[in-house]
Amino acid sequence: MLRADQLKIADLPEVSFEVGDGELMSLEGPSGSGKTRIARALADLEPSSGHIFVNGAERRETPAPEWRKLVRYVSAEPGWWTDTPREALSPDPSTQSAVIGLMENLGLFPELLDKPVSVLSTGERQRLALVRAFADDPPVLILDEPTSALDNRNANLVEDLLTSRLAAGKSIILISHDPEQIVRMADLRLQLAPDREPGTRNQDPPDHKNLPESPTSPTASAK
Amino acid sequence: MTYVSLDISDLALAATLMLINGAVSWTFALGLERTLLINTVRMTVQLALIGIVLKWIFLQTSPVWTVALALVMVLVAGYEIVSRLTWRPKGISAYLLGSGTLLFVGTLATAFAIVGIIGPEPWYQPRYVLPILGMVLGNAMTGISLTVSTLLETANRERTAIEARLTLGADRFTALGGTLRLALKTGLMPILNAMAASGIVSIPGMMTGQILAGLDPIEATKYQIMIMFLIAGATALGVVIAGYAAVMLVTDARHRLRLDRLHAAKPS
Repeated sequence: MLRADQLKIADLPEVSFEVGDGELMSLEGPSGSGKTRIARALADLEPSSGHIFVNGAERRETPAPEWRKLVRYVSAEPGWWTDTPREALSPDPSTQSAVIGLMENLGLFPELLDKPVSVLSTGERQRLALVRAFADDPPVLILDEPTSALDNRNANLVEDLLTSRLAAGKSIILISHDPEQIVRMADLRLQLAPDREPGTRNQDPPDHKNLPESPTSPTASAK
Repeated sequence: MTYVSLDISDLALAATLMLINGAVSWTFALGLERTLLINTVRMTVQLALIGIVLKWIFLQTSPVWTVALALVMVLVAGYEIVSRLTWRPKGISAYLLGSGTLLFVGTLATAFAIVGIIGPEPWYQPRYVLPILGMVLGNAMTGISLTVSTLLETANRERTAIEARLTLGADRFTALGGTLRLALKTGLMPILNAMAASGIVSIPGMMTGQILAGLDPIEATKYQIMIMFLIAGATALGVVIAGYAAVMLVTDARHRLRLDRLHAAKPS
């Protein structure tokens, strides 16, 4: 569960919302309405006032590195700091096995882990960034245009993965350029502009909770 | 000790060499004529003034005046560090960082040399304190400005990679670890190169001066070796302090990358 109380970033209008376990909220609005800044502020990457809670933990009372293990932000253009994706991953064995499962879910061959990041396609890098972000199973995922560089087939794989995460009780905030994807995925929709009606219920919410747990998802039974 | 004194006409003769610079600028349309003229005048006036000031301070041999000039040197060198940065922290933090680091390493290295090694009587003899401090400051300044500018430029360029590490739960020193290592290495390069080349490719300025002034070359060499160690030690300490301070400056207590604290500036 993620709750934002009177979250305010610089000159942007204040927002409050709550995303329950297994719920996905879309963050919508035209360019410049502050979608990305709100997403970043939730992971405490951008200074903001107000309170943010995750399962009872409050942002300011949680050390920032710990907070970002609870609220995982994946940017639209994820950065890499190593030569190969493998070096950027935790050597922890449980993470390693989660990585293999996630890569399978997203249609990525394990060999990609040892290729230079610079030769990977934008789509491969984007999906590997999701693998990296999901590997330690954070309870809240903030995804900024996670399918912007993907074709339909791969975008569907990402949506399936998100659905399995929701079934496992995670909370997701999604920024998407694809209105149909929002209709398919969102339980809640936060409109930042022009009309700001925080947390309007989706008219026809998908029922993630009745979906069977994905067998290929390595951590779906964690909850 | 005897040496041939130079008079004004000797200097004027040497100054004609600046015409080569002017010719180069004019031939290749570099547009540097104005800069050349201003910097030539600056160099001459600055050196003439420091000659007069030093002569007066040497006559006083007072701890107050020695320390006062030392402080001025530290402040000017700190200002020079900031003026070399393309990405500059807003406000006075960068000046505090530059001058503060130089004050610390300059004092430490000079005190070490004066009290621990040379031991002149009295300790505040300006003819020892000021040249040694000057050489330490000049080199530490180069190292520190390279370290800080590399760190801030790399943090800007590698923003997405640094933030990717932060989002995965890294603290600020881990997320900026690679950036800091690159910055420290860059800052240490000039002094390491100077150590490798000095004596063969170049005879350092102080040694040249001492030899011209009639000192035994062996004695001049011993001084130079001591100075090189002082400079290397002070630069290493200075780049580490300034590197960590720059990481603190470009991040905050919540381990966020705060590029909004910088502004782009034209380095002078």
